[in-house]
Amino acid sequence: MKGASLAYARANDVSHALELWRRAGPDARLLAGGQSLLAGINLRLNEIPGLIDISRIGELRGVADLGDRLRIGALTRHADLQADPLVAAHAPAFAQAAPLIAHAAIRTRGTIGGSLAYADPAAELPACVLALDAEIVLRAEAGERRVAAENFFLGLFETALRPFEMIVAVEVPKIGPNRRHAVLELARRSGDYAMAGLVLAADVAGGRLHDVRLSYFSMGPAPVLARGAMAALDSDEGVEAACAALGTDLDPVADLQGGPEMKRHLAGVLLHRAVAGLLGHSPVSGGNHGRG
Amino acid sequence: MAEAEFSTLVEVSLRVNGERVSRRVEARRHLIDFLRLDLGLTGSHAGCEHGVCGACTVRVDGEIVRGCLTLAAQLDGADVWTIEGLSDTGEVRDLQQAFVARNALQCGYCTPGMLATCADLLERSPAPSRAEIREHISGNYCRCTGYEAIIDAVETVAAARRAATGQVAIGQATIGETAE
Amino acid sequence: MSINLSALDRPNSYIGRTVPRPNAPRLAEGRGTYVDDITLPRMVHVAFYRSPHAHARIGRIDAEAALAVPGVLRVFTGRDIAAVCSPWVAVLAHLKGLKSAPQHAIAVDRATWAGEPVAAVVAESRAAAEDGLAVLEVEFEPLPVVAEMETALDPETPLIHPELGDNLAFRRVHEAGDPDGAMASAAAVVEATFHTGRHTGVCLEPRSILAAYNRAENQLTVHHSTQAPHMIQTVLAKHLDMPEGNVRVICGDVGGSYGIKVHVYPDEMATAAIAKIMGRPVKFVADRIESFSSDIHARDHRIKGRLGVDAEGRIVALEIDDLTGIGPYSVYPRTSAIEGNQVVNLCGGPYDFANYRARTTVVLQNKTPTCQYRAVGHPIACAVTEGLVDLAAEAIGMDPVEFRRRNLVRDDAYPYTSAANMRFEGLSHHQSLAKLVEMMDYDALRAEQARLREAGIYRGIGIASFIELTNPSPFMYGIGGARISAQDGCTVRLDPDGSVVALSGVTEQGQGTEAMLAQVVAEGVGVPVERVRIITGDTQVTPYGGGTWASRGAGIGGEAALQAGLALRANILEVAGAMLQAAPETLDVIDGEVVEKATGRARMPLGELGRIVYFRGDTLPKGLPREMVATRHYITSDYPFAFTNGIQASLVEVDVETGMVRLLKHWCVEDCGRVINPLLVDEQIRGGIVQGLGGALYEHCVYSEDGQLLTANMADYLVPMAAEMPDMVVAHVETPTKESLLGAKGAGEAGTAGAPAAVMNAINDALRPFRARVTAMPFTPERILAALGRIPERRF
Repeated sequence: MKGASLAYARANDVSHALELWRRAGPDARLLAGGQSLLAGINLRLNEIPGLIDISRIGELRGVADLGDRLRIGALTRHADLQADPLVAAHAPAFAQAAPLIAHAAIRTRGTIGGSLAYADPAAELPACVLALDAEIVLRAEAGERRVAAENFFLGLFETALRPFEMIVAVEVPKIGPNRRHAVLELARRSGDYAMAGLVLAADVAGGRLHDVRLSYFSMGPAPVLARGAMAALDSDEGVEAACAALGTDLDPVADLQGGPEMKRHLAGVLLHRAVAGLLGHSPVSGGNHGRG
Repeated sequence: MAEAEFSTLVEVSLRVNGERVSRRVEARRHLIDFLRLDLGLTGSHAGCEHGVCGACTVRVDGEIVRGCLTLAAQLDGADVWTIEGLSDTGEVRDLQQAFVARNALQCGYCTPGMLATCADLLERSPAPSRAEIREHISGNYCRCTGYEAIIDAVETVAAARRAATGQVAIGQATIGETAE
Repeated sequence: MSINLSALDRPNSYIGRTVPRPNAPRLAEGRGTYVDDITLPRMVHVAFYRSPHAHARIGRIDAEAALAVPGVLRVFTGRDIAAVCSPWVAVLAHLKGLKSAPQHAIAVDRATWAGEPVAAVVAESRAAAEDGLAVLEVEFEPLPVVAEMETALDPETPLIHPELGDNLAFRRVHEAGDPDGAMASAAAVVEATFHTGRHTGVCLEPRSILAAYNRAENQLTVHHSTQAPHMIQTVLAKHLDMPEGNVRVICGDVGGSYGIKVHVYPDEMATAAIAKIMGRPVKFVADRIESFSSDIHARDHRIKGRLGVDAEGRIVALEIDDLTGIGPYSVYPRTSAIEGNQVVNLCGGPYDFANYRARTTVVLQNKTPTCQYRAVGHPIACAVTEGLVDLAAEAIGMDPVEFRRRNLVRDDAYPYTSAANMRFEGLSHHQSLAKLVEMMDYDALRAEQARLREAGIYRGIGIASFIELTNPSPFMYGIGGARISAQDGCTVRLDPDGSVVALSGVTEQGQGTEAMLAQVVAEGVGVPVERVRIITGDTQVTPYGGGTWASRGAGIGGEAALQAGLALRANILEVAGAMLQAAPETLDVIDGEVVEKATGRARMPLGELGRIVYFRGDTLPKGLPREMVATRHYITSDYPFAFTNGIQASLVEVDVETGMVRLLKHWCVEDCGRVINPLLVDEQIRGGIVQGLGGALYEHCVYSEDGQLLTANMADYLVPMAAEMPDMVVAHVETPTKESLLGAKGAGEAGTAGAPAAVMNAINDALRPFRARVTAMPFTPERILAALGRIPERRF
């Protein structure tokens, strides 16, 4: 199982990367952490004529405090998200999600930019940026633009990225004093892609949730905001009403782990647990797999 | 793709097990094939070549990585350690001895990657619970042992290392803890 | 005549002691030698073009573009290989009616499963060979696919091999007593349908072979990751038309086998054939993706079962109807009917009842072939039996432990012949059950279960008794015509410095064979274990033997080694007697020294004896036998098979909202006869249990309706990983077989045999308040939620 022959170039900086890419053509790929891309190359899933290795571009790495926001460089690795004090303090969902991604030896190389660009519907980080109302900072040779997370994920492995355009950072508003995050998923085994997962962000005050953002992953071709459930929770209609709203919010597709009915059912169970968790009724966040 | 900077053959210079190595490698060649085929370091094993089984786990720049999901071409200037080097320096000798004593390896195919992963855990967490050990090696497949002996061996080494450095052991996980 | 441990309890007494494995430090340092670690001069690599269709006629194969790829040397078709490698038909005469079709190393004319080799590309590297595969053009004409085993025998279903007349490979019906009458008189009859799910072995080291042919000598040397080097030697010799002595199979380190590597694989035969054609060393190492579709699968069974009990809770009758799909060919040379046959032999095995009817129906289908995999048939038979036993206990309102107490064959009832006609020399079901109940504190667990249930936490306790068939005699394969040795041999040699070398026909797969042999030989000869060097896995040097399967390494190979060691000791004492002017029977060998038997006084180190025998033979009496080497072979003959027994228990917690199962703890008491190395036995049990747990909860080869394997990678085929596995408590009862001096019966499969049943019963115990039940493995969250009525059922 050896990848097909391909060409490789190492980019020194972002503009160099973009120049290399234009010269190599649109089928060439950026190599960031490579934890999905290289598996696909080994398996010869796609014909990839060339790789532009961006993994050493220093300007794409690291977390910066921009006052009301955090800027998370595209090459920030899952292991960094797990350990970074700024992330833990201001965007805890990322710190909660990171340990759920695969395994230690993958988190040392996998990056947030790579995860968002790949847009696997079962991945945690796309759902995080969605629930946290983040902006994705993109750059092409023509310049930079920003896309709200809500407008970034278009379908199965499909994003708003244009040809020759790359993610350089994610900018996410810092949480306020009452804001809480919960990331919950159900996976068969630790580190597996989830059967169902959610990211819940809300202000907690007066024993209820306000200003709710709720996204799901592994629930369809792309991560999805559960707007009906968000509205139900915002208007304090209760979790049951929110779960009922999931019926229209979510359109899950069957996979090997289960059919749409199971996924819908689990989405509701997770919502109950996440809300209870944010309200302090039970521990919250983490993967629930069959661990003994 | 005739442009000068793109090439299907890439020059890399790196350190492997402390020794300088310079090679011209195919861009498609992953780190495990590089180690095995170009350097003759056959202690690292390719078990699935799609990043799931963990047999290929090696240390790059102080962190564990999947050797099958890392290209040799990416490693110019890197510092790579394999089971051969970790054995020669004696860094994981206590783990190896505990694995042998506890029969925490049977066929041995997963063992180099398992040892790299366990060494990584003990470096970061001197007193891991059994659940933490299980979680840290949850990406390393072993078909033979059923894992328990590995957990035992790592626990033993952690305790011995703490004793050697004068730390006090802390509690272990028991069954029935809430999954989290 | 079992060995008397107290008589052998002396400084170099190793049987029953934990001794570290001599080969483990090497593996722990990454200094093993697996097949893929070997590079030979002028070595080339072969990769196989595998059928993308489950069933198709093979049209034109155009190799032009492939041959133009840099590094590609040759392309071979089925016909090319058939010219040097004859096809095989895997049947056994004693499995009456078993039929299969001739199978070629590379398919000729027709591909019959998705993954069957249809062409081979040979290149200077594996990568170049795959480059060649990518541009090899093969035309196919798709044919109707037989995927579903339930309809494989329907008249409208197409025939996979029209010349066979139907898709039925084998059927066996066994009847004992009067099952109908007994069922009619039963106080309660329970029934259920079980599915065990198709599994595969996922050895971490994939199947690997490196074949080198020396034309000048007509010598084929094969480095092979295998369990049975002599069987492979015999098969290669036969199908490549060579004398057996000209085929040497070398088996170095093996990265796991579990039954997967005891079969003849078409791609491996083709590799050897290509080596013979090209006169160059040819390496084939399966990649993980092709492993999923070309390694044998197993356990694809649907079993309907009925169990009748009387008012006192005694089993009066058992009926099972087993159906299994084995792929398009019976696998060579062990055949694919054995698993179904074992289900018939083993169902109800632990229990005392007389009325039994069992049927197995083995059908052909266009899926990857199935064959023997760790604990062949056992986990299936055990799940069916134990599932029905728990149902019966529930039906009559009896605790499952009490129900088993009333029905397990009594410990003093042996020899005993089961309703399936299996003959048991001596088992310990009741002793094992008592030990288990005590070890797990059964009553306390039940109390805790009740308490937690009040709090909405659903735990379950599942018990599973089992028997394990080991140490097969020729009744397993030989009488059916298969050239598979049930006998094994060992040669033990004293070297001049007093160290000992032992060559054995059984092989090391990581389970500790070499440690076990070293212990047995050290004890037999009378030397420290570190003075014994074990050589296995080379047909040119070791005695002919069967290799490693059916847990026979210790029971057969170990006994041969013990007898050879004792024989060498006798030879040593004869020479020592002459040297020391003493009667040999007054001397002994202890800890590497010849001693006076009565006093233990040291008379001569073996190194001195060796020096004299080998270099100053002139000083010994003329005519004195000086055979510092002894070979012994061993075969079981009193019983067709040995049987072991045991019992397992599983404690689980089911999240009834998510359907997820947490394995909290697992217990196993097993009786493998003489325990030679307690640590190694315990870890065999643990590893086996986890393999069983994988089948219960995770592993499943899922196919589409058109015969495509949907779980052909490690992200989709879920193996058990560390985070989800429980700690396991293992204990032993020892009932040595009297047939051998050593008394070992084998322990390789006990864990796998009972674990799935224990988990199934535990889950169903947890679900009991909801009147929900699962009987189809793996027990996925989706299936459990469906059983709970929370979601509709979905069929795979």
